[in-house]
Amino acid sequence: MTNLIDLTLNELVIKIKSKEISSKDITSVYIERSKSSKKLNTYIEETFDDALKNSEKFDAKPNFDKKLAGIPFAVKDLFCTKNVRTTASSKILENFVPTYESTVTQNLWDAGAILLGKLNCDEFAMGSSNETSFFGNVINPIDDNLVPGGSSGGSASALAAKLTPATIGTDTGGSIRQPASFTGTVGLKPTYGCCSRYGIVAFASSLDQAGPMTRDVKDCSLLLEVISSFDPKDSTSVDFKRPNYSLNLNKNIKGKKIGIPKEYRVDGMPSEIEKLWEKGKEFLKDCGAEIIDISLPHTNYALPTYYIVAPAEASSNLARYDGVKYGFRAEGENLIDMYEKTRSQGFGDEVKRRIMIGTYVLSSGYYDAYYLKAQKVRKLIKNDFDEAFNKVDAILTPSTPSSAFKIGEKTDDPISMYLNDIFTVPVNLAGLPGISIPAGLDKKGHPLGLQLIGKAFDEQGILDIAYSMEEKINFKLNTKDWWIK
Amino acid sequence: MSIDLKTVKHISKLSKISIDDQKAKKLEKDLNSIFKWIEQLNQLNTDKVEPLTSIAEATLRFRKDQIISKNIRDDVLKNSPKDNKDYFVVPKVIE
Repeated sequence: MTNLIDLTLNELVIKIKSKEISSKDITSVYIERSKSSKKLNTYIEETFDDALKNSEKFDAKPNFDKKLAGIPFAVKDLFCTKNVRTTASSKILENFVPTYESTVTQNLWDAGAILLGKLNCDEFAMGSSNETSFFGNVINPIDDNLVPGGSSGGSASALAAKLTPATIGTDTGGSIRQPASFTGTVGLKPTYGCCSRYGIVAFASSLDQAGPMTRDVKDCSLLLEVISSFDPKDSTSVDFKRPNYSLNLNKNIKGKKIGIPKEYRVDGMPSEIEKLWEKGKEFLKDCGAEIIDISLPHTNYALPTYYIVAPAEASSNLARYDGVKYGFRAEGENLIDMYEKTRSQGFGDEVKRRIMIGTYVLSSGYYDAYYLKAQKVRKLIKNDFDEAFNKVDAILTPSTPSSAFKIGEKTDDPISMYLNDIFTVPVNLAGLPGISIPAGLDKKGHPLGLQLIGKAFDEQGILDIAYSMEEKINFKLNTKDWWIK
Repeated sequence: MSIDLKTVKHISKLSKISIDDQKAKKLEKDLNSIFKWIEQLNQLNTDKVEPLTSIAEATLRFRKDQIISKNIRDDVLKNSPKDNKDYFVVPKVIE
């Protein structure tokens, strides 16, 4: 018999619905495995006892009509969960217990999923390696000295190590797709407005989106269907009829036009990634798609634009952490002193750096030179995509300019860390959907991903293309459970 | 354009984040390298470009002006480090 943890989300749902296994069976298996995988440091908060009780409750009165009937599920600790501590991996929220639930996680529980716990991430989702977390580094199950990527590093690591059948992350500049690429898993950032931002600890509100992280493309389409909904509580939530992504999923991509942007060939990119990209093109041709060379001329300016827009929005969003309303407070001689000490002791270095960048670019005398300039360049970047999508249905690029790097390798040089997101950031700036799928291994045996970028709200289009590529690529993640105690 | 130590301390004041001299020096170095990198945006002429202020092109929705959450005072105060059941408590502001 196949090991239960090897089953995909879709396979698990079928087994539970056919009563081959109970929710408690599978929940227990995942709890045991998570307990013996502490070395990876993926969990910040474990809700194992409640999960067991909830699985028993499900089994006593099962509702098999639900899409995630009785499925145990761990989520990134950036989603507020009612009565369950939510930290955003920050000391400043170390003791924060929300009195409300994020819409996206509520959608999971409404679909029958059961919370296993909250997963580590970069502090306030600011980072590309999970090294900025107050709760310590997360280890990539591929190798014990590798980062899992970030900011959804705990989610990616837990998924690749099979500590949860699937998970969700958030993506502001690549925080779902880059860790998915580093761990050999599938990650999708939906179109801005597709998933509600209500109850997600805010980082950069014009860029943040929640999205599914899964073992394969079919699971990804099922999970997207569950979490995506129109929500009046999020003023930027878009009211459109959500398709049944998993039912519609198909491999017929004959005649689809796929763009290859020449600007994504960057200096110093390993030849392996170039080769993988070529192979991706061949696979697409084999499936009957047409490859078209395109240009996204402002690609190079996306990262500097992002590092104005995102910190500016963050500095404003994080102004709420003042030692008055949430958890941590440092004592001070007066109110201002209390604010300054609370924020100095409560935030980590990367978060402070970004708040200060944001404060500076919004400050009197600098607004036009930086923030307004960035908004204008953001428009040019969006125009590039609009023009490209007049000619093509989707765009194929590498997900990242390298495979997973070593812990500590980039922590001293912020810009080299930021460059990790060079292929993912433009997608957030333009508000488009993007999916990263595992495409192969480099010579060190580390996974590499390819990214498909779609037109706004054409998640189905890129899921279908990813689905057909996945079959051709036939990627197998072969971790050896070395971390299990 | 470079950011000097005085500016770093000014930004830290505006950000309400206290920093010691050692941190300020490190930040001066980091911020200068980041802003030098950011300034490549000036290679682009954007005089005739409209700024992109929102990615969601739809106009904001109107909603009825009505109270949805009622009696949530305890919830609101629940996570405060210091309160007296009715209010948040902060260090004395007025003498």
